[in-house]
Amino acid sequence: MTAPTKGSGLTWVGRSIRRVEDPALLMGRGRFTADLPAAHRVRFVRSHVAAGRIENIDVPDGATVFTATDLAAVKPIVPALHKFGYVHVAQPVLAAENVRFVGEAIAAAVAATEAEAEDIADGVTVMISEMPAIIDGRAAMQDGAPLVHAQAAGNICVEGKVQTPGFAEAHAGAHRRIAVELRSRRQNATPLEARAGHATYDPISERVTLTCATQMPHLMRTAIADLLGMPESDLRVIAPDVGGGFGQKMSLVPEYVVLVWLARKLRSSVAWTEDRRENLMASFHSRDQHIRLEGAFDADAKLVALSAEVVANVGAYSCYPTTCAVEPLMAMAELPGPYDLRAYACLARGVLTNTCPMAPYRGVSRPVITLALERLMDAAAAQLGLDPVDIRRRNLIEKFPYTSATGLVFDEGTYRQTLEMASNALDVPAFRKRQAQARSERRYLGIGFAAFSERTGYGTPAFAARGMGVTPGWETVELTMDPSGYVELRIGASPHGQGLRTTLAQLVAEELGIAPERIKVVHGDTDRTPYGWGTFASRSLVIAGGASVMASRKVQAKLKTIASRLLEAASDDIVLENGAARVAGTDRALPIETLARAAYHQSHLFKGELDAGLSESATYDPAGTFSNACHAAIVEVDAETGGVTIERFVVAEDAGRLVNPMIADGQVMGGAAQGIGNALLEEIVYDDTGNMLTATLADFLPPTCREIPRIELFHLETLSDATLTHSKGLGEGGAIGAPAAVLNAINDALTPFGISINEIPATPQRIRAALRQAEKSPA
Amino acid sequence: MSKRNEITLTINGRRHAIRVEPRRTLVDAIREDCGQTGTHIGCEHGVCGACTVLVDGAPVRSCLMFAVQAEGKEIRTVEGLAKGDELNTLQRAFMDNHGLQCGFCTPGFLMLITGVLEREPDISDEELIDVLSSNLCRCTGYQNIVKAARAVAGEMRQQRTA
Amino acid sequence: MKPASFAYHAPKTVDEAVAKLAELGAEDGRILAGGQSLVPMMAFRMARPAHLIDINAVAGFDRLAVESDILSIAPVVRHAAFHHPAVAGPTGLLLAKVVAHIAHYPIRLRGTFCGSLAHADPASEWCLTAVTLGADIVALSARGPRVIAADDYFEGMMMTTLAEDEMVREVRLPLLAQDARHGFYEFSRRAGDYAIAMALTTYRVEDGVIVEPRVGIGGAEGRPRRIAEAEAALKGEKPGTEVFRAAGEAAAAAVDPLEDVHADAEFRRDLVRAVTRRALERAAA
Repeated sequence: MTAPTKGSGLTWVGRSIRRVEDPALLMGRGRFTADLPAAHRVRFVRSHVAAGRIENIDVPDGATVFTATDLAAVKPIVPALHKFGYVHVAQPVLAAENVRFVGEAIAAAVAATEAEAEDIADGVTVMISEMPAIIDGRAAMQDGAPLVHAQAAGNICVEGKVQTPGFAEAHAGAHRRIAVELRSRRQNATPLEARAGHATYDPISERVTLTCATQMPHLMRTAIADLLGMPESDLRVIAPDVGGGFGQKMSLVPEYVVLVWLARKLRSSVAWTEDRRENLMASFHSRDQHIRLEGAFDADAKLVALSAEVVANVGAYSCYPTTCAVEPLMAMAELPGPYDLRAYACLARGVLTNTCPMAPYRGVSRPVITLALERLMDAAAAQLGLDPVDIRRRNLIEKFPYTSATGLVFDEGTYRQTLEMASNALDVPAFRKRQAQARSERRYLGIGFAAFSERTGYGTPAFAARGMGVTPGWETVELTMDPSGYVELRIGASPHGQGLRTTLAQLVAEELGIAPERIKVVHGDTDRTPYGWGTFASRSLVIAGGASVMASRKVQAKLKTIASRLLEAASDDIVLENGAARVAGTDRALPIETLARAAYHQSHLFKGELDAGLSESATYDPAGTFSNACHAAIVEVDAETGGVTIERFVVAEDAGRLVNPMIADGQVMGGAAQGIGNALLEEIVYDDTGNMLTATLADFLPPTCREIPRIELFHLETLSDATLTHSKGLGEGGAIGAPAAVLNAINDALTPFGISINEIPATPQRIRAALRQAEKSPA
Repeated sequence: MSKRNEITLTINGRRHAIRVEPRRTLVDAIREDCGQTGTHIGCEHGVCGACTVLVDGAPVRSCLMFAVQAEGKEIRTVEGLAKGDELNTLQRAFMDNHGLQCGFCTPGFLMLITGVLEREPDISDEELIDVLSSNLCRCTGYQNIVKAARAVAGEMRQQRTA
Repeated sequence: MKPASFAYHAPKTVDEAVAKLAELGAEDGRILAGGQSLVPMMAFRMARPAHLIDINAVAGFDRLAVESDILSIAPVVRHAAFHHPAVAGPTGLLLAKVVAHIAHYPIRLRGTFCGSLAHADPASEWCLTAVTLGADIVALSARGPRVIAADDYFEGMMMTTLAEDEMVREVRLPLLAQDARHGFYEFSRRAGDYAIAMALTTYRVEDGVIVEPRVGIGGAEGRPRRIAEAEAALKGEKPGTEVFRAAGEAAAAAVDPLEDVHADAEFRRDLVRAVTRRALERAAA
């Protein structure tokens, strides 16, 4: 247990209290979707070719198999975006005429058990006339490339362009122009619980309850009801315990739509548990991008202009609600990163291919743009004869509010300070000595930095700028204190490991002066909670937290009024603490339960002043805030094998007020581990006909504990006014900076060989190939 | 569907009489036929370790055994660790050290650690971490899982030398 | 990912097991021992045996014993049996070093030495060990036992010279001489992953020079084998950095590397060079 934030005057906020979520999970009493029994199980028949026309579907006699023909009345998934020429591609929930990627669902086999459903699915024969498939993003834009969707010319689904006034002059007039080209290979978020859905039809109410692994229960309800043409009120969506999401469980899952349809058709319960192979092949992929940056620097190594070209391979369809434009357009909007830059130009394209559709994954495009920017900084430092820390020092933003070249407003942060903290922690001068010594022994050590911003806690104003058909952002909470003095907080956010039931309880406890154990946070059930946007984009603590504080303060005011009456004191003299209301400076107090009971059962005492009961709701919709961090890594590259070991990994981060430091640290460590996996191990590989070569966990390689070093954490807390709680989000940060820090360290280690590795994962094979090349033509 | 075998699985000391096809994996039998859903399925091909249970004291991947193979053996799952609602030492160490976030991989880790500490009480720190590399976690980054495991191993070591 | 249906048999004696295999081997009947390799294949439905013959309860199948200068390993001896030296002397130490690289702890508690040989995955550490140390594989069928030298046993990736109705009844591993040096080095992407390349080496030193060198390479080709060129580079030489480097080069030049999603031929060749040299350094240490 840690002490409250020093001098904060706070009781619960800032303390690492144990998580209320833990006991049930530790005892195996978690309730995950696949734990529910069902009368029917579904196994999907999936395409074995990447592109083709379905000619015939042959079903074994007596088998229950549904195809697109049966689901003709179900609308296709068509997320909307009204900017940058976005092409509105449509995805049928079961492939109708065409298949567009290996793994696309074609039919649903139904049986009493999963094994039997799989037997049936195996017996279904789908005749597909294969058509040429296009797999690579850049190749897909070439003349003559087969079209994934007829309406998207050149396979371009969206093309964003931006250029600040005076860019050309700033670019041309620069002292030095330095270019880097980065390749980020395809990722799969790989939550340990794959997706799962369970739909059950209740004949009395004629409603369906869909229990599913999702990050956005309310929006799933809206979307599915819409596609099926049913009233939303007839559909209840429950996100129970969810085993990780990382963004992959945000987007609408076509299979979930089929489940609800089946539940209504069969008037029964029907479940689908995605297996790992399906998840690797046919869930959502991310970050398959190519970025070219050219930085124009002045004589003082100040970045004066930046031009960027982004090609994102977004797969065969568009994810709902963000659309597949989210990666390229976010890259375009956020590429200037944390650097002071006025002249900026970018061309960002989302390109369709016959591969699994793309959807956001922790950080979305930020890990890739950070990778590119941080490689640029190191390349520029090398060419301009500067230390990598120094060149960043010269360029990081430090005056706030700072409005970026793309109009993003940065609130107070500590970009330079976290850079200094990280570099001091690693003692760069001492490291350089050690590095030189090691080199003389033919051992290759390197150090790498990644300074970056994290856009977090942003509400509708920010989302509205994107021009999506669905603009998320606000969060509503309903807070009820019942006559017993216990609190129920019903939220529209949807945590899946973030510990929000604990941290929100801490926020409410702080306002109401009661212990967090007396606050129950209810989430995930659309029947029990106000409409909300779920949990993603590092938003829930900030936005649901802010709304919780707002609602708490309304209740707090009411409790103080009640107390002032019962204690015959001025409202302003009432203090709520330790589960009671006390008149300041005296020992006259009343327990909270007494006040709560009075609110319901003695309402006549407050007639005219207060409504009966203690139930308030609040909605919070902030513009957003920026966290910042610097990651730094020391690695050793084994030149003979290309193997990379991380010797030290440091994170210096500032996410404003930490409500629960233990939980905050957990988010950073988990994110960094994914970032390290991204940098060294994880890659989805297709062959050139669109077959996936990495469809098992022995081929797609999330790291074990042996591959992840101890993450050393340092914190600053800038209490910006951008959010009500002075907290900023930080869920994604770990994943954003780690790849760049590791890649920069690898390159630093390999400096004696005169090569550059600008691709992740920086696998041993890629490193060895670069070294072999250098051996042939030594620097 | 082939014929079903009538078998009895003994889980956490309780006997469950069930009828299963030979191809029914132990993890599916534990979860569905015996109703103990604390053990989870993460990959079904023996890589992630989420399905780890103890069979006659050995931590094994229950997705790689068939239920018919487990008759007559003593199976222990996560549900057997706590005493009623009272968490055991290892569970408390996980809670104190924030060793879980979404909780999906947690039962597998708990049984892995329980099994290895019972079988190899003098396991070195390095070997313990090697054993922990058997299981995957996507949320925690492992640091706190390692902390919790080390804390319990250390405590056990102290108790033995005391 | 549920396996296809199969009929389950659990013989209690070796005769029963052999009879079952005689009856069912030709009808797609497979032996189930540890299951750590077979069951994942069945989950993917890459293997769909109509019958599984579970030999875990067969009397005497867990026998691990030294018979003069041979270590006799029966079908259900688990990998974990080698965690602590199974026999005094260098062989026990070598096997303990090698076993630490086989997958992970829980897999080693179930998987079996003989099962690895039957499965014949190119990345199997025990297959490399059998070939390098010159083991004999005793195959058993209703027609009786048959001894197959390791050199004649591996045909290619996942292919052996076992007949459909034969099981691996025993592996007989010759013990190393008391003064034998031994080294093992494996390269894999993550802890516990399949070896992309590995080297196992033994030699003795007589009058200051290397005699009886054995250099086995696994994970790099369809089957593990001793590399004569590498052994020739060592024989009669004083052990040392340059000699080991030469042996590594020889091994790299001699192999015809596999290509897969994890490694192309060039990279595997690089690894063969590195693992050979490092296994030799470890042997000399």
